[in-house]
Amino acid sequence: MLKAVSLKKVYTSGEVSLEVIKNFSLEIKEGEFISLVGPSGSGKSTVLNMLGCLDTPTSGQIIINNTSVTSLNRTQRANFRGENIGFIFQSFNLIPVLSVYENIEYPLIMVQNLDESERKKRILKLLEEVGMLEHKDKTPDKISGGQMQRVAIARALVTNPKIIFADEPTANLDSKTAHMIIELMKKIQKEHQTTFVFATHDEKIVANVDRLITLIDGEIVEDKRIVR
Amino acid sequence: MKNILKISFRNLKRNYRRTLLTASLITIGVIFVLIYTALSGSFKSYTVGQITDSMLGHIQIHKKGYVASVDNLPLDKNLNAKMLEFVESQIKDNPFIASHSYRIKFGAMFSNFTSTTNIRLNAVNPEDELATLPLLKDRITDMNGTLKPGEIIVPELLIKGMDVKVGDTIVLVANNKNGSVNGINLKVAGILGQVMGPGGRDGYIHIDDAKKALRMNEVEVSEIVLKLKDVEQLKQAEKSLQPILEKMNKMGKPVFEIHTWQQLTPFYNIIKMIDLMNISIQIILISIVLISILNVMMMSVFERIREIGTIAAIGTPPLTIVKLFLSEGLMLGIFGAVLGSIVSMGIIYVLGIIKITYNFGQQTGLILTPHLGINQILSVSIIVIIISLIASISPAFKASRLDPVEALRSY
Repeated sequence: MLKAVSLKKVYTSGEVSLEVIKNFSLEIKEGEFISLVGPSGSGKSTVLNMLGCLDTPTSGQIIINNTSVTSLNRTQRANFRGENIGFIFQSFNLIPVLSVYENIEYPLIMVQNLDESERKKRILKLLEEVGMLEHKDKTPDKISGGQMQRVAIARALVTNPKIIFADEPTANLDSKTAHMIIELMKKIQKEHQTTFVFATHDEKIVANVDRLITLIDGEIVEDKRIVR
Repeated sequence: MKNILKISFRNLKRNYRRTLLTASLITIGVIFVLIYTALSGSFKSYTVGQITDSMLGHIQIHKKGYVASVDNLPLDKNLNAKMLEFVESQIKDNPFIASHSYRIKFGAMFSNFTSTTNIRLNAVNPEDELATLPLLKDRITDMNGTLKPGEIIVPELLIKGMDVKVGDTIVLVANNKNGSVNGINLKVAGILGQVMGPGGRDGYIHIDDAKKALRMNEVEVSEIVLKLKDVEQLKQAEKSLQPILEKMNKMGKPVFEIHTWQQLTPFYNIIKMIDLMNISIQIILISIVLISILNVMMMSVFERIREIGTIAAIGTPPLTIVKLFLSEGLMLGIFGAVLGSIVSMGIIYVLGIIKITYNFGQQTGLILTPHLGINQILSVSIIVIIISLIASISPAFKASRLDPVEALRSY
């Protein structure tokens, strides 16, 4: 479902160029639960951003569901993200002026333009799945970090994306909450056959993925499948 | 769009103190402009009304060259019977003209038998003059009925200066155009209040008395004063009188000249200055709105970079982000314009009850009657709203162009 071929990312500042991703190639199948690991500065987030169509590689090609996303323009990439990709962020990044329900509803209105009855059906189902139904009318400042991440997961899932990218999704959570969030994502992966790609340092996530890709200095040094 | 507006509204509510402060600035600006417009409009319409409806009329027709030498009140530049017949034929069925009045204007010596002074006079047919200048009767005091032959309406300054009263007999001595002198006795029938501008201190006598005093054997008129059905159609009316201007004499030179009230009174320059000040005040308002909203929207973008990154990351197209920020600016503008208009209407209503008086030149105790037309409210509101949108364009595009990755990294 996702194929990255010979990705390179070079940052240039003045006359200085820094190649942060070098000849990165990867193929991801539907329903995989993958983690990119590596020390800080190894290029995990850069790869995640490129695969998630937030950033463009300096060279190379990314194909997601038969679409070459590297050839899309800014608006086309935004539309593609809205239709096919979900994001979970380390700091949850909920919209503070919207309630839990409205935060989840946001991509359906702004991106997919679904009618209200369909939106409501999807949102209530997801709220129940992530255990936030009773908090649906609260604004983000009235719920805990773990609850915020549950809402963020529901928001990432609500457009029925084929693939979800999560950058350090448990970094701002305590151990118990992080564990619950990982369990929730695993459950969703099994039930929806959604592909999850993490960029993380968190051992708890690493212990639960079924494929571990290790990056050092922008290159894959290990691509290990884990049979559980 | 409904959802964009809903989110924009909440974004404004999020920083309600700043929103209120900005909206108040816009509101104050709108109030300032509308009150100023209403007050200056009141002053302007009162004064223009006084000038046109009690003195000048809307348009005047003269023999070519009369206005240039009007200070001398020349009798050799009067319109003769043939000229009057031509003008009459041109204005008779003119759809813009409501009425007209003939005037003989001349200067004379005014004597109360003990002292003498000079006086400028309008000799008129009273019925035509009152139909053409509907406010003239308000300037005349202590008079019963209309002006009759053998009577004179004397300007109030002359009444005081010459110590004459209504009912007194005075003598007018005038030179006719051939230079011969003649005098007639007239009874003071009323007192004429003065208005600003040329002709504001002229007395009135009956046209038959002028013919007698000036020994006119034929019909002669110094000017023809026209009243229009709608003063707003001044330009069209002036244009419709073009055939009069095109009338040439045997030497191929124009016979007539036509002037609108705007060309005849220096007060028109004051009106133009009031209009210019109105525009200046509106420019100040536009600057307030522009800077306020630009400032707020820029701050809003800088404060919400991460949030913009998030909505961009989850697939919000750049154009939707533009709409989101434009809506915020639009709402600020609408809020300020609506609130400002409502408060202004309230203040103007109160000013109408209080009845503020003012003095202008020799005129005292004039009452300001500020009035706001729906057109003025709409035009100021529309300007504010459009400027709000314009001020939001730059921040909105800045937000839409943010790189999601960079935006998500920011704190």
